[in-house]
Amino acid sequence: MSEAPAISQEERDELRRNGILLTSLEEIYNWGRSNSVWPLQFGLACCAIEMIAATCSRFDIARFGAEVFRPSPRQADLLIVSGTVTKKMAPQVVRIWNQMGEPKYCIAMGACAISGGPFKQGYNVLKGIDRFIPVDIYIPGCPPRPEALLNGLIQLQEKIKSQHLKGPDAPRHLRDDVDCIYPVPEFGEHDLVPPKNPNLYEPPTLVRPDKP
Amino acid sequence: MQSIEQIRDLIVARFPGAEVTVIQNPGPAAQHSLLLGHAQARDIALFLRDEPSLKLDFCSNATGVDWPEKEIVETTKVKVAQPDGTEKLVEQKTKRLQPGYLEAVYHLYSMALKHGPVVIRLRTGNRTDAVSLPSLTPVWRSCEFQEREIFDLFGIVFEGHPDLRRILMWDEFKDHPMRKDYVEPDDYEWEPTPHDAVLTKAKGHYPAPGSTANAEGGM
Repeated sequence: MSEAPAISQEERDELRRNGILLTSLEEIYNWGRSNSVWPLQFGLACCAIEMIAATCSRFDIARFGAEVFRPSPRQADLLIVSGTVTKKMAPQVVRIWNQMGEPKYCIAMGACAISGGPFKQGYNVLKGIDRFIPVDIYIPGCPPRPEALLNGLIQLQEKIKSQHLKGPDAPRHLRDDVDCIYPVPEFGEHDLVPPKNPNLYEPPTLVRPDKP
Repeated sequence: MQSIEQIRDLIVARFPGAEVTVIQNPGPAAQHSLLLGHAQARDIALFLRDEPSLKLDFCSNATGVDWPEKEIVETTKVKVAQPDGTEKLVEQKTKRLQPGYLEAVYHLYSMALKHGPVVIRLRTGNRTDAVSLPSLTPVWRSCEFQEREIFDLFGIVFEGHPDLRRILMWDEFKDHPMRKDYVEPDDYEWEPTPHDAVLTKAKGHYPAPGSTANAEGGM
């Protein structure tokens, strides 16, 4: 399936215009799941208000097939980390992520979920949820407007549609070599233990122009 | 409403020998406060709540203050005898170490009489082992969470509090982050525009080019 298709995209589009629908299993599988992303009903701070606005009639996330906010992680495909993740909340967020069934995706919504935002230097705020959870889409903003969330959702749909069902870039649930459970940090005496998941995240190294 | 001195006189008339001191606020707000001794603090609080002319029935805010140990230099002018028999005024500097303490501050209002605030303070003996204060939660129920927050962030132990646990940080946490000598975990990460205290941290983690010490840069 990941090999080059037997007919080109132009030929396929030409057939479609003539009423002949030609598809592949990969394409129709990804088309189906990308248009029915069920987010988790989960908000952490002010970004959650914008997330709620995106679900209401003015912005209407239902246009993209993601209106079914599930109250249970077992039924959700998408974790929208909308808001500041305090160190006290971080283990619970990772636990919810582990409880979600594959295939699952994560959107870091807003400056706080991406990097800690204005609270980055605080002792009690996680410097970005990507220390513990693999994040698929980052939506900057403080908070991002509902349009930005919708754009993030469209980007996520594009990402789902471009995933191959075999090979090294296949989604986690179709691979045997990756573990879908992520370690939950413990509460330490001064900080979370460990403060980050080293398999997921390393802080950027400073590159100086005078050094090779 | 009465002035803070009149309130102090009311308290002293009701509780003879009670430790009540007026702490002046020199700022333009002039919000003076009453420092209460531990022994009768809760009785005085009950009196402030129930006294018909005060009726301070609402504690809107309880907070903590950390006063670390401070060296105070006092300059005094003394006359020193000179060898020729005359006297000369000489400035003499004396250093005095003011011991540190923790403080809980309560802001009281009256819903019934629509006045306030009256500010009362309680001080601990020091910042290390004598850190307990009488809890005022039995007097004003609204102090419950705020005293827990003071316990969490400043480490003041409130005796008589019905449920004294940490409220913001997790139970395993050992430090008291709002104390002046709190050292936060060394988890600095790269910042595009470090400044002030963050710049100091950035220099420690990413030394400037040319310095040989730890030239690879820390993580």
